[in-house]
Amino acid sequence: MSVETGGLGALFIILAMALVTLATRWGGVFVMSFVPIGYRVRQFIHAMSGSVLVALLAPLAVTGDTGARLALLTTALVMLTLKKPLPAIAGGILVAALCRQFLPGA
Amino acid sequence: MTRKDATPHRLDRALVWDGFKALLPISLFVVVFGVAFGLAATQAGLTDAAIVLMSTLVFAGAAQFATLELWGPQVPFFTLMVTVFAINARHLLMGATLYPWLEPLPPARRYAIMLVATDANWAMAMQAFHRGQPGLGLMLGGGIALWGFWVLGTWLGLHVGGTVQDPARLGLDMVMGCFLLAMVVGGEKNLRMLLIWAVAAGASLLAFYYLPENSHVVVGAIAGGLVGLVWGKQE
Repeated sequence: MSVETGGLGALFIILAMALVTLATRWGGVFVMSFVPIGYRVRQFIHAMSGSVLVALLAPLAVTGDTGARLALLTTALVMLTLKKPLPAIAGGILVAALCRQFLPGA
Repeated sequence: MTRKDATPHRLDRALVWDGFKALLPISLFVVVFGVAFGLAATQAGLTDAAIVLMSTLVFAGAAQFATLELWGPQVPFFTLMVTVFAINARHLLMGATLYPWLEPLPPARRYAIMLVATDANWAMAMQAFHRGQPGLGLMLGGGIALWGFWVLGTWLGLHVGGTVQDPARLGLDMVMGCFLLAMVVGGEKNLRMLLIWAVAAGASLLAFYYLPENSHVVVGAIAGGLVGLVWGKQE
């Protein structure tokens, strides 16, 4: 099914996107309100919370250009040594920018 | 945020304001993404009003950018909705992981907080919770900051989009990635967590290459969660 984007079509599509996104924001909370939170559920949730981020980042690290990979590596190393997020993030961005400036095509 | 009587699920005006300020630095970068989105959406043929409305109501950068790939005089409706759902499905997991701290609140508050749930404020809130600190202020206040600056950036993109033509050249496309990685590395680190992360990364990559598009976050997260379930931590 195709929808014309002229006139009210675009509005209709945007409202539908907003509803789908809202359903994802509310759905997890809604479902969990029926699940008793015991020891097992807590373990699962805790492990899953870090895993969401790792799963988000893994393809970025593998498919990214050299700048992207070195940026992530820098952030990880600075974070491990200084334990402060702001320098870690700034370092990563700086490395990506330098890498793309001086090693174009890498 | 170092109040002694602080229970993790506490939420008051001061905590919301603290959360707003805590997410302000990253929100400034979100403006840049907003500008990039506003510009790209103009080029894809959306009207100014539609672009600002989309950022205001949808508030999900990755999904919004993906929408532009499918945008034209006619849009394949169901493909678009499935794409939006798949990219945003990670919100389901965020809601589930927040639930233990949302449970003490009245339902209206729970769902109000989730209106502005997104990667950055969720990651910071979870970090606070795992340290035993209040995190709902980071969720709500931080979410309001991110949302406000996302809409502001989008609006700016309609007018000054040309000034940020290539954010990648300045490394700005890595802001969110580096931020989220810093949250991961700053969290709990031990053999159990390393194994959980390794399985999550492996499953995510397998899904990325072999399963339908945009399924990798959910697959990886659930795989990591299952490892945590099997190898339970002694408390």
